[in-house]
Amino acid sequence: MAYQFDFLAVFDYGDMLLKGAAFTLAMTAVGAVVGTAIGIAGGMCRAWKLHPLDWLFGAYVELIRNTPFLVQLLFIFFGLPSLGVQISEWQASFLAVVVNLGAYTTEIIRAGIQATPRGQIEAAQSLAMGRLQIFFHVVLRPALQKVWPALSSQIVIVMLGSAVCSQIAAEDLTFAANFIQSRNFRAFETYLVVTAMYFAMAWMVRYALNVFGRRVIVARKPQTRGA
Amino acid sequence: MPLVKLRGVHKTFGSNHVLKGIDLDVEAGDVVALIGRSGSGKSTLLRTINGLESIDRGELVVDGVALDDGFGDLRTLRQKVGMVFQQFNLFPHLTVGENVMLALKVVKKTAHAEAGDIAKEMLLKVGLAEKFSAYPDQLSGGQQQRVAIARALAMRPRVLLCDEITSALDPELVNEVLAVVRQLAEEGMTLIMVTHEMRFAREVGNKLIFMHHGLIHESGVPRQLFAEPGTPELANFIGAVS
Amino acid sequence: MLTQFSIWALLDSLAEGAKWTVALSLIAFVCGGIAGLVVLFARVSGKRALTVLSKAYIEVFQGTPLLMQLFIIFFGLSMLGVDVSAWLAAAVGLTLFTSAYLAEIWRGCVEAVPKGQWEASASLALNYREQMRHVVLPQALRIAIAPTVGFLVQVVKSTAVASIIGFTELTKTGSMLANATFQPFLIFGLVAIAYFLLCYPLSLYARHLETKYHAAR
Repeated sequence: MAYQFDFLAVFDYGDMLLKGAAFTLAMTAVGAVVGTAIGIAGGMCRAWKLHPLDWLFGAYVELIRNTPFLVQLLFIFFGLPSLGVQISEWQASFLAVVVNLGAYTTEIIRAGIQATPRGQIEAAQSLAMGRLQIFFHVVLRPALQKVWPALSSQIVIVMLGSAVCSQIAAEDLTFAANFIQSRNFRAFETYLVVTAMYFAMAWMVRYALNVFGRRVIVARKPQTRGA
Repeated sequence: MPLVKLRGVHKTFGSNHVLKGIDLDVEAGDVVALIGRSGSGKSTLLRTINGLESIDRGELVVDGVALDDGFGDLRTLRQKVGMVFQQFNLFPHLTVGENVMLALKVVKKTAHAEAGDIAKEMLLKVGLAEKFSAYPDQLSGGQQQRVAIARALAMRPRVLLCDEITSALDPELVNEVLAVVRQLAEEGMTLIMVTHEMRFAREVGNKLIFMHHGLIHESGVPRQLFAEPGTPELANFIGAVS
Repeated sequence: MLTQFSIWALLDSLAEGAKWTVALSLIAFVCGGIAGLVVLFARVSGKRALTVLSKAYIEVFQGTPLLMQLFIIFFGLSMLGVDVSAWLAAAVGLTLFTSAYLAEIWRGCVEAVPKGQWEASASLALNYREQMRHVVLPQALRIAIAPTVGFLVQVVKSTAVASIIGFTELTKTGSMLANATFQPFLIFGLVAIAYFLLCYPLSLYARHLETKYHAAR
């Protein structure tokens, strides 16, 4: 009954854990950047009803949001090659994360854009600004500011969900855990340590996004004296 | 012995000293109008009498029930002190009748039928007997506020607190609510009200309290104070609002 | 290949897997809902120890991968000498996971009830429990219906992770069929469609409830 915990058996594989964590973080970073870019484009098309792009983005959003990430991943990794597209484990993982996050950010950013007060757009129109000018200079930043917390938590959710990428043998943090426990036969300790690592990473990512949001998204220019 | 007695009441929000030592006596049957600029502490003072704000220092006694810095007899106190809010705060998921009956049944353990009778009586008093089964969002603002008064009265409080009860109303709905309050005053109900209706304060009130910077700056009989303010601050205030 | 596995046989197997997806979703949702209520009451109790404990519970389950939670339950329970099936581990894991999310969603709903409602009921001498029972929870419940139905979609999708610990639901069935037929594009396409058919009506219903609620305001 008296089980002897042995966490040292996990830390022997420290390098592997760090490499796995780096993979997961890199995947999250790429997903966040590209996914947000997709979200900005998709959000604009959806909010401003730019046919037929808004229908395409609408279908994309519904399809992704109503199917599991794991199935999307398996479809990309195993399904695409049968169409002649060769794709490696890490490419499939990164692609799946981007595609998944892009759908959620589209929906989140759309809500932010739609919350723009009508008067803001009318004021910009009365100044003879064009559609894209209005979007990038007047609409986008307040919209991102409004939805930044939602965007941040979605990025964290996707990072945690990316643990299933180990299923196609992409060498993320969970893959490292699976490998280590098959060597040291300390499954419980290994997964406990890795879970704690994910927890810390989630906290770190949330913190980093928070700081980024404050410094870049919400930031105001320093006040200049005079004038 | 006064019905409501405050001695040296202090209240601080963070670094903001809102009440700086309030002494106040309200006798049974008094109709007290609390006036003052926003931020003068008048609403906070009213809310302490119902225990919605705890007090940091001082003494508060209502009808023999003391509320010191702890929250000892809060439930007893609140059964003696009714309150009507600026935003009505009717319970949107309950009918008008259920709004009035709720506390009777839950707090006073009144039987359903008897609570219903009391509710009907109170709604009749505020002129809304026919709205018993309506929901709050089907009523006008003035009607909602009258229901809120009926809800507070149903508990048979010794004193009724009114916190700017006409401020959220459209101008044409103010009078129907004031008429109800006037009627209560005539029946001898003890009332303490924060109000911006200076004419009403002068006509119905028998005691006027002018709050300034967290203190009772001046108090007395409304007609006299309005005619001859004793301090420049009150004179200024009356000049600004009338 | 398709001589061995006619399309009807495939659909039949997938339907069998989908049945287990639905069963696991329902168990997670119902048990998770009950557990979530307990966590919610602890979270809004106003008692310090309970608040801290429930907050930690929510943060741990929202801050770690569901897959890790399932692994830990699977291996943790067997360490305690419980003979764990994938079915049991998946049910327990998804229940805990769901309870944390639902508790947090519902807490938001309780806090969305305006402060004036608390004050008005306090001024009528209701105590905390009476305020909750008669004034706050009935209103929070109405706010909660739409996001709760919306979260059911997340639950259904989350059950796919249980395939990794060997629970044979829709995704696992799909993987096995893909291996056997060498038709991954078709099979995973069908699996995705099956999930979509389960989730999309729920998404639509949640959206409908939300607009209905906002229109009623």
